[in-house]
Amino acid sequence: MKHLLSINDLSKAEAINVLDTAAELSRLSEGTVKKFPTLRGRTVVNLFFEDSTRTRISFEAAAKRLSADVINFSAKGSSLSKGESLKDTALTLQAMGADAVVIRHGASGAPHQLARQQWMTGSVINAGDGTHEHPTQALLDAFTLRRHLGQDAGDLQGLRVAIVGDVLHSRVARSNVLLLQKLGAKVVLIAPPTLLPVGVASWGAEVSYSLDAEIESVDAIMMLRVQRERMDDLYFPTEREYSRNFGLNLERINSMKSDAIVMHPGPMNRGLEISADSADSTRSVIVEQVANGVSIRMAVLYLLLSGTARSESNSTIEVGV
Amino acid sequence: MNTWKIENAKNSLGELQQIFISEGLVVQALPTGSQPTVINAEGLHILPGFVDLHTHLREPGREDAETVLTGSQAAVAGGFTAISAMPNTLPVADTAGVVEQVFRLGKSHGLCDVYPIGAVTIDQKGTHLAELSAMNQSEARVRIFSDDGHCVSDPLVMRRALEYVKTFDGLIAQHAQDPRLTENSQMNEGEISARLGLKGWPAVAEEAIIARDVLLAEHVDSRLHICHLTTAGGVEIVRRAKERGIKVTAEVTPHHLLLTDEKAESYDPVFKVNPPLRTNSDVIALREGLADGTIDIIATDHAPHPNEAKDCEWSAAAFGMVGLETAFSIAYLTMVQSGLMTLADLVNRMSSSPARIGRYAGHGEIRVNSPANVVLVDLAATWHVEREHLHSKSKNTPFHGMELPGVIKKTFHNGALVYENLDSRGGVKK
Ligand SMILES: [Zn+2]
Repeated sequence: MKHLLSINDLSKAEAINVLDTAAELSRLSEGTVKKFPTLRGRTVVNLFFEDSTRTRISFEAAAKRLSADVINFSAKGSSLSKGESLKDTALTLQAMGADAVVIRHGASGAPHQLARQQWMTGSVINAGDGTHEHPTQALLDAFTLRRHLGQDAGDLQGLRVAIVGDVLHSRVARSNVLLLQKLGAKVVLIAPPTLLPVGVASWGAEVSYSLDAEIESVDAIMMLRVQRERMDDLYFPTEREYSRNFGLNLERINSMKSDAIVMHPGPMNRGLEISADSADSTRSVIVEQVANGVSIRMAVLYLLLSGTARSESNSTIEVGV
Repeated sequence: MNTWKIENAKNSLGELQQIFISEGLVVQALPTGSQPTVINAEGLHILPGFVDLHTHLREPGREDAETVLTGSQAAVAGGFTAISAMPNTLPVADTAGVVEQVFRLGKSHGLCDVYPIGAVTIDQKGTHLAELSAMNQSEARVRIFSDDGHCVSDPLVMRRALEYVKTFDGLIAQHAQDPRLTENSQMNEGEISARLGLKGWPAVAEEAIIARDVLLAEHVDSRLHICHLTTAGGVEIVRRAKERGIKVTAEVTPHHLLLTDEKAESYDPVFKVNPPLRTNSDVIALREGLADGTIDIIATDHAPHPNEAKDCEWSAAAFGMVGLETAFSIAYLTMVQSGLMTLADLVNRMSSSPARIGRYAGHGEIRVNSPANVVLVDLAATWHVEREHLHSKSKNTPFHGMELPGVIKKTFHNGALVYENLDSRGGVKK
């Protein structure tokens, strides 16, 4: 595996290997080892065309714990925000000798172009592209599910997971549908029809328009962020109506299975898709998801970079970096 | 003026045909004493030059993408002897002055006839009718009007335009796209867009406008032309409308006859086009519609863009593909080699019918005492599409790297040899 652009880049065995590696790194981190020398001398560039402090910090922490050099390249708001600049940026990163580029971009497919146009030779890791995918989020979600509901090993066979909310615009949902099903879980998408894509039937997941009809039978529920602006585009009439039908509250949590967990990729809109007391309830593993994110991203960087030789191209240019 | 004798060629029906050209016309016999250049066209077909009703030439304003000259060069290399310049230039061709400028440029280059299409509304804004009569009465004699690139979405504006052009037997060519249903749309809405996370452009946004417009055309008894039909539903609406006697004609592009939305999986913006590539069942319906005459013509929607407009993220990229130089080959591949229609049918869809719809005199047939607008093609040969070898100033072809049937060998416009492919293998176009 050279790049991680989509969950489709991973076979089931490879996905489980990422989770196992993350589990191992997490165990070691909990002990005395805080930093691994594995990626010493390697350069990881965080290339963020969209603001996402939490994802950037997570990748940065992961890279640093593996002793890689980290360069944060924030393109938001600058002349790099659109157009041909993606190509120019890639050429710059190539000159800097980037071994891996972690890219967050508002345009679906931007990481694919970075990886396939041969503008640069390093690995490309998709940290969220438009409304397409966010593979490391799905991996950390699967990792969290496996910890709580599995044996912290193997796949997710037998679990039933609900993904609730703005599926249409969610890269988290797309990656999770692919990964959870790959790992043997059953997925039910719960949303008003306006927030489900035309063509969703081909995803292989169940679709439901009623949260209350499904909530008692699921092992985990993932709440997706709903942007308030969607209301202006007529996806739902009012926030109140949305929350009433698709928001998570304590009453709904109390109807869940006794060991079922509540997840959210963040950032949350408390009071819209999730009530404050639900987010802070004992069922919530939302804070743990953040911690697991670092382990997963360490595993991804480790698996992508440690197996390969240093890219030939950077040996001379690296001096200046 | 040159005189020519073209012998041993076959016509579109496969019959041997000998043609004499003198003083720019096809003639019954050459004047005595003339010494014609003799072309032995054995193994070649002689066809009336192709006629395109939908071409973007970008001049004035975007000469970095294409000019009337380079567009004309691409046209004759593709076997076209008449093309129609869409008005979405800078400034928009919404006045007699701009259409005359484009018309004169075409005439001065003399490679093919360039018929400007006028904008329906001022600056293609969709609110006020442009001076349609003035454009018609200009030297350019504009008869087709379109806001192509934009839909005339206001039903009252569309109705008035359809009525108004009846004074001079004009035609409104509609780019059928409901704007509200396609805000920020990137590709066909369906399974692929759902997976790729690209905003969908639903078929219904095209079909709803076609349905409305055929009813408007019926109500005011006017001629309507539907640009670049792409959906099975649209084909069905046009079919029904024709059965009811409504004066509607329709076109399909070569790329919509071959490519599907699966091409977007590469996120390569060379496949980004408006209207978007659709599904396989749409492609089948379009081919059937073209074969049974529901769709009258093939039009290229040749849309040149400079590299930087395509060398970027999908959502930031421009819509459009160049098509003049590949049109005949793609049409021959998808319609004739597939067994759906005869060569004569294809000539009807690429030459006679567009000439009839546009009222382009001197095109669409090879007839004695008519202008010699003819093309010699080698149907047995193939050629390799190499984007850098295109005559168009822009290289955004979705067919790069393909081996295509049908090589344009020579193109004559008004009796002058305006294009000649000298490579005997039919490989590189010159
Ligand atoms: Zn158009």
